[in-house]
Amino acid sequence: MFKLSRIAVGAAFCASLAAQATTIGLMAPLSGPQALVGQDQVDGFMLALELLGGKLGGQSATILKEDDQLKPEIGQQAVRKFIDKDKVDAIVGLSFSNVLMGSLPRLAESGVVAIATNAGPSPIAGASCKANVFSVAWQNDGAAEAMGKLAQDKGVKRVYLMAPNYQAGKDMLAGFKRFFKGTVVEEVYTQVNQPDYSAELAQLQSAKPDAVFAFYPGGMGVNFVKQMNQAGLLPKLPLYSVFTVDGTTLPSLRDAAAGTVSGAMWDAALDTPDNRKFVAAFEAKYKRTPSEYAATGFDAANLLDLALRKAGGDAAKLAAAVKAAGSEFKSVRGPFRFNNNNLPVQNYYAFEAVKQGGKVTVAHVATPLKDHTDAYHAQCALK
Amino acid sequence: MINANLARPGTWVPISLLAGLALVPFVATAAGQPFWIAFFTRIVIYAIAASALNLALGYGGLVSFGHALFLGLGGYAVALPSFYEVGNGWLHLALCVGAGAAVALVTGAISLRTAGIAFIMITLAFAQMGYFVFVSLKNFGGDDGLPIAHTSRFGPLDLGSPLALYGVSFALLVLVTWWLARLRLAPFGMALRGAQQNARRINAIGLPVLRYQLAAYVVSGMLCAVAGMLLANLNAFASPSTLTWAVSGELIVMVVLGGIGTVFGPLLGALAFLGLEEVLKGFSEHWMVVFGPLIVLMALVGKRGIAGLLDVMPGLTGQEGWIGQARNDKILSGSQPK
Amino acid sequence: MSATLLLAQLLNGLQYGVLLFLLAAGLTLVFGIMSFVNLAHGSLYMMGAYAAAVAYAATGSFAFAMVAAAGAALVLGLALEFVVVSRLYRRDHLDHVLATFGLVLFFNELVRIVWGPQPYFLQVPDALSGTVDVFGFSYPSYRFAIIAAGLLVAVGAYLLIHKTRIGMLIRAGAQNPLMVAALGVNIRLLNAMLFAVGAMLAGLAGAIAAPILSVQSGMGEPVLITTLVVIVIGGIGSVSGALYAALIVGLVDTLGRAFLPMLLRQVAERSVADAAGPALASMSVYLLMAVVLAFRPQGLFPAQPR
Repeated sequence: MFKLSRIAVGAAFCASLAAQATTIGLMAPLSGPQALVGQDQVDGFMLALELLGGKLGGQSATILKEDDQLKPEIGQQAVRKFIDKDKVDAIVGLSFSNVLMGSLPRLAESGVVAIATNAGPSPIAGASCKANVFSVAWQNDGAAEAMGKLAQDKGVKRVYLMAPNYQAGKDMLAGFKRFFKGTVVEEVYTQVNQPDYSAELAQLQSAKPDAVFAFYPGGMGVNFVKQMNQAGLLPKLPLYSVFTVDGTTLPSLRDAAAGTVSGAMWDAALDTPDNRKFVAAFEAKYKRTPSEYAATGFDAANLLDLALRKAGGDAAKLAAAVKAAGSEFKSVRGPFRFNNNNLPVQNYYAFEAVKQGGKVTVAHVATPLKDHTDAYHAQCALK
Repeated sequence: MINANLARPGTWVPISLLAGLALVPFVATAAGQPFWIAFFTRIVIYAIAASALNLALGYGGLVSFGHALFLGLGGYAVALPSFYEVGNGWLHLALCVGAGAAVALVTGAISLRTAGIAFIMITLAFAQMGYFVFVSLKNFGGDDGLPIAHTSRFGPLDLGSPLALYGVSFALLVLVTWWLARLRLAPFGMALRGAQQNARRINAIGLPVLRYQLAAYVVSGMLCAVAGMLLANLNAFASPSTLTWAVSGELIVMVVLGGIGTVFGPLLGALAFLGLEEVLKGFSEHWMVVFGPLIVLMALVGKRGIAGLLDVMPGLTGQEGWIGQARNDKILSGSQPK
Repeated sequence: MSATLLLAQLLNGLQYGVLLFLLAAGLTLVFGIMSFVNLAHGSLYMMGAYAAAVAYAATGSFAFAMVAAAGAALVLGLALEFVVVSRLYRRDHLDHVLATFGLVLFFNELVRIVWGPQPYFLQVPDALSGTVDVFGFSYPSYRFAIIAAGLLVAVGAYLLIHKTRIGMLIRAGAQNPLMVAALGVNIRLLNAMLFAVGAMLAGLAGAIAAPILSVQSGMGEPVLITTLVVIVIGGIGSVSGALYAALIVGLVDTLGRAFLPMLLRQVAERSVADAAGPALASMSVYLLMAVVLAFRPQGLFPAQPR
């Protein structure tokens, strides 16, 4: 697969002289254990672009893709390349929380509009919020808060918490604890991309909690749930999770995930007309079910389209246009708008993986949090 | 470079490359492409780090699989004071060199008790330990790394500015290359290189091999730490991922690719490795499937890396090539070059 | 901390150790006899895992997948030996590092081109997908099977090395390769077979680990580093050393990860323990190696000295 290279950039430059084209930088982890996540974001974005006729905001769009390999240093270089060399109009994607945080100073300094499709770490939701940095995905704590509320509402008493040891992991567990008022038996942080959870699962078994809450995105999720299953813990022990059992991991997990409950702001099972169209188009083009990462990529393109139209080619107005467009564009997840800190205000749903006729499908079972604002927006100085 | 003969490709090619590098900031600014300044700064910084490793690895024969530790230390020597809002460049430098020297002294002393594969593995172990220490420092970012808001300021000179950083890095690279070239033929360097060939003989002459090797290792560590400090200023970010064994491995590859123990090897290796990566990336996102075999080919050809290849090519006078190579090697055995 | 938890962690450590042994056995022989630093050993592990995944997807038979993995790794090992490795025997170790580093990059990317970046799915065979009751504790049967299989291989390796003629040549080669060549043994063929068998064991390890861990590009590197640690602790060139060291490393790593944070919490305040615990646990294996190297650089169970 060939990335659009210098030729496309050259064409974009010539074209931009006539103000007829826009260049967007798309950065995602396209290699390594989280490649699924990155690929889905790119595919979702490109599908939306295709449905818009290859145009964003009425202008023909050139998309430059970069692989950040989930390394903050590489992400920084890619962002720098987008801003200084390719002179993009906006940057979309921005990978996981740690890569986003690494590139944040450069993004803020340049003023280029940045739309994150996979992260919403608490610092940028709070004191470090930036006028040109948005997240069209979620605030990290959100889905976890929904699970915390669900567990609380269901009367679960003792929960065992597990997550990988980085910013998002800590955010998820903090979010769960914010709404869950029962007993936290244990809070375990494992190494990022750790493949073998046998030691931790043995601890888990001996602690005998009522339920487990876990956050293991991408490849980590496949390993964790499979191993939980092999240890005989599923379906005995209810598993509440976020970003662990989703479109990227279900194809590998299949039966192993049956019975697990996950929280997210979107799933392919969500029954709205916009979403049904999106899922059908995605499945037709890519032959697989989209994940929430594909949905955010899809939404980001549509958001940009509307915002570019509003800004009318004026780069200085793009950030404000994006913010305004947030309330107007049609998101596949349902109601959506940007809060003062440029993070979403949206619903968080609960989905259960059920075994139906030999296949595992996902069913929408509850909506624990509606129109939910994050816990950090008050610390942000933006209006 | 006492026997520098500008006619030899092994000399004029790297020098012209250096000249080219000196022009980069002017060309890039004129063309309105500041991206290239940052790109070449990175190459220059890695060339410095590779030069540092070359001192230990090429001259001393100490195969250190843990030099990423010093790179990371240098980075955090900037990030930690910056976290506490201290941007004084001299303080950063002092912390960087001090930490690099101290850690190199301790780890070197322990590692030099072993040899061969054991030495390689124990240096790796120390780097891994450093990695896990920094990952565990959750208050300072842990696995996510630590952004640097206050880059190193030396009076009016702020290393956060791309041009200033490039200037300083390039000047340091030239200085280091020149100094290592002189060191190679100075008594210290000769003893070190002799120890690589036959330690027993050097000891028998009365020169304490262990002390020479430790000194080389410590200087190498300090230099690598300074490279780390520059890298942190470039990225405005310090991360434990700089301390992984993959980075140590890349440094070794750069040194070997360029030519172990040669003067310009590290520069050539860094340029080739990072430059080729960027060129190939432009063609396909699967560039590694070509890059990998290219490196294998380089190893199979084995003429002491790129520097060696350049030496083998006939020079402008026609008399060079193998003869020039042989002439170089005669220095160690005592006969004078013409 | 209960006895059943301790037992479960001991079994986990044993299982990890056995997997490490399969990898370390080949690597230590290649290093000890041919003095060849093979960083691509992790890639052979990865290719074995992919071969098993492909074979399983095609036939649905786990046994066939195992055979396919071993066979593919064997063939790949022979090919690599012929094309690259054999030309590098006389060279410096650093040339080995450079060449095998290039091979690692190549294989990682090749796998991504052919199979894509997402993890590949391999299921535990139904016969072994249950759990075994161990003193009131459920332990996955598959992991039990790994321990059994690994120990079987260890016994087989012992018999091969100590009771057969080939084994005698191998032991002799580990002590003094030049003398073995001088005695008229076809050292070229021996080297090729040795490399291929080492590759086969690595591929088998990959196939065995595949159902538990996800099969993906780059899965070989983390395990390679631990394997290097194992062979250094055990002693280069010694298969028995590799076995003991692998078990020790497996146990130290697993028990450290499981109990160090807990122990630390007894002596230090919680936030310190929570931060230092996982770090110390990860470091434990390297600390062990550093200590071993400081006092016994030749390893704990070296092949007989030359």
